Amino acid sequence: MADHTVKSYDDELKNLHEDILRMGGIAEAQFASAIQAVTKRDPDIAALTVKGDVKLDELNNIVDQRVVRMLALRQPMASDLREIISSLKIAADVERMGDYAANIAKRSIAIAEMRPVKPLASIPRMGRLVQHLIKDVLDAYNERNAEKAKQVWLRDEEVDDAYNALFRETLTYMMEDPRNITPCTHLLFVAKNIERVGDHATNIAETIYFIVHGQTLNENRPKGDSSSFLVVNPGDDAAKA
Amino acid sequence: MSMMANTLGAASAQRTNEDTPEKISVRDLSFFYGESKALKNISLPLYERTVTAFIGPSGCGKSTLLRCLNRMYELYPKQRAEGEVLMDGENILNPKQDLNLLRAKVGMVFQKPTPFPMTIYDNIAFGVKLYENLSRAEMNERVESSLRRAALWDEVKDKLNTSGLGLSGGQQQRLCIARTIAVRPDVILFDEPCSALDPISTSKIEELIDELKDQYTIAIVTHNMQQAARVSEFTAFMYLGELIEYDRTEKIFTTPSVKKTEEYVTGRFG
Repeated sequence: MADHTVKSYDDELKNLHEDILRMGGIAEAQFASAIQAVTKRDPDIAALTVKGDVKLDELNNIVDQRVVRMLALRQPMASDLREIISSLKIAADVERMGDYAANIAKRSIAIAEMRPVKPLASIPRMGRLVQHLIKDVLDAYNERNAEKAKQVWLRDEEVDDAYNALFRETLTYMMEDPRNITPCTHLLFVAKNIERVGDHATNIAETIYFIVHGQTLNENRPKGDSSSFLVVNPGDDAAKA
Repeated sequence: MSMMANTLGAASAQRTNEDTPEKISVRDLSFFYGESKALKNISLPLYERTVTAFIGPSGCGKSTLLRCLNRMYELYPKQRAEGEVLMDGENILNPKQDLNLLRAKVGMVFQKPTPFPMTIYDNIAFGVKLYENLSRAEMNERVESSLRRAALWDEVKDKLNTSGLGLSGGQQQRLCIARTIAVRPDVILFDEPCSALDPISTSKIEELIDELKDQYTIAIVTHNMQQAARVSEFTAFMYLGELIEYDRTEKIFTTPSVKKTEEYVTGRFG
């Protein structure tokens, strides 16, 4: 579309867009190093990751201020309004992703102090899945590509499946040997956090779809996370359930 | 009373094309200033007791269209309209149409307040006398009810015999609205009624428009897009004499169907 008659309006929109992309980049890196902290059992990386979350909070505040200012001073309409309102939502989603990354990093310190448990091996794969979602959803945002966003939205099911598998596996290990309970519980939270990051990526995908089309993605997304309903008793073979 | 107002509000929010009759139907209307064609085959409805806004850049034809709705253009030579403007099913462009009667049914409020150089009371009574023969008491009652309806009564009731020109700009504009509704029209046309007013007076006029629509069919031309968004239920976007898009106001300002409309409402041209 053509530029605004008032050039400074375009500049403000551009700044907002760049802040979101910057936040996305940081969240992507934060998440990658959180996964690394878990798999490499490296408390130094973990500490850096926890510290790094502050930057996301700061940028999120800046985006909030920019949005409030633009709503008050520009009275945006139509696609501009969607763009600006959506920045607020996307920034909040990215900020939450950062929180989860920091939480994963914190737990990695506790996990590193305990003996490794086997389900740990599933974490890198799950992490990679979600890293791709984050990357693709940020690309979709940058390109205003609703179709790409929708693909991210559909792919979240894989993450849910991976989480379910890990959930069952972890339960089995806990039942086998009570000494596994502490590391496995931390691991479960790590996996849940990874899964939540994936959910925020799908939120962002929905928001991108709204920016482009002015309506919500209202198909039913395949929901894969069934762990909320899972009941396992000692003696059952949870892995086969 | 307030409950009734709420019910009305809910009804007007849900009002759709299907269940509201068309007060005015513009059909294939073209307009010429001499040789130049200022309106090109415009067709759109004005729903009864609904506010319809006309927006578009200068010279797009929105004021011209408004002036066709009461044949104001007939005051000038070499101006003519083709097509149909049906009001309650009758073509008002028909040469046999009584113009005085038409303008009594279709009142107009202009950009600049235009009170007559006479008392506040006479500003209202003057127009009424052209159409009706009222007793002194009836006229007093008509002046008061018109001024009340225009939300001006409390400010002027103690100085009805002073000049209308002594009022502030916003008050003068409300006086003009009172004068318009005193002759009991069906339709009120507003041609940029707030462009010469300060923000508070503007809000008062907008509030007034919102109140008047439960009784009158209203068309408003405005350069202020936010104003169109605030006061109208339907919006017509015009450009170079053509109707580019007509839809519910909410749709025009959130997800317009035509790219040109989107560019205009987001401030990319015009």
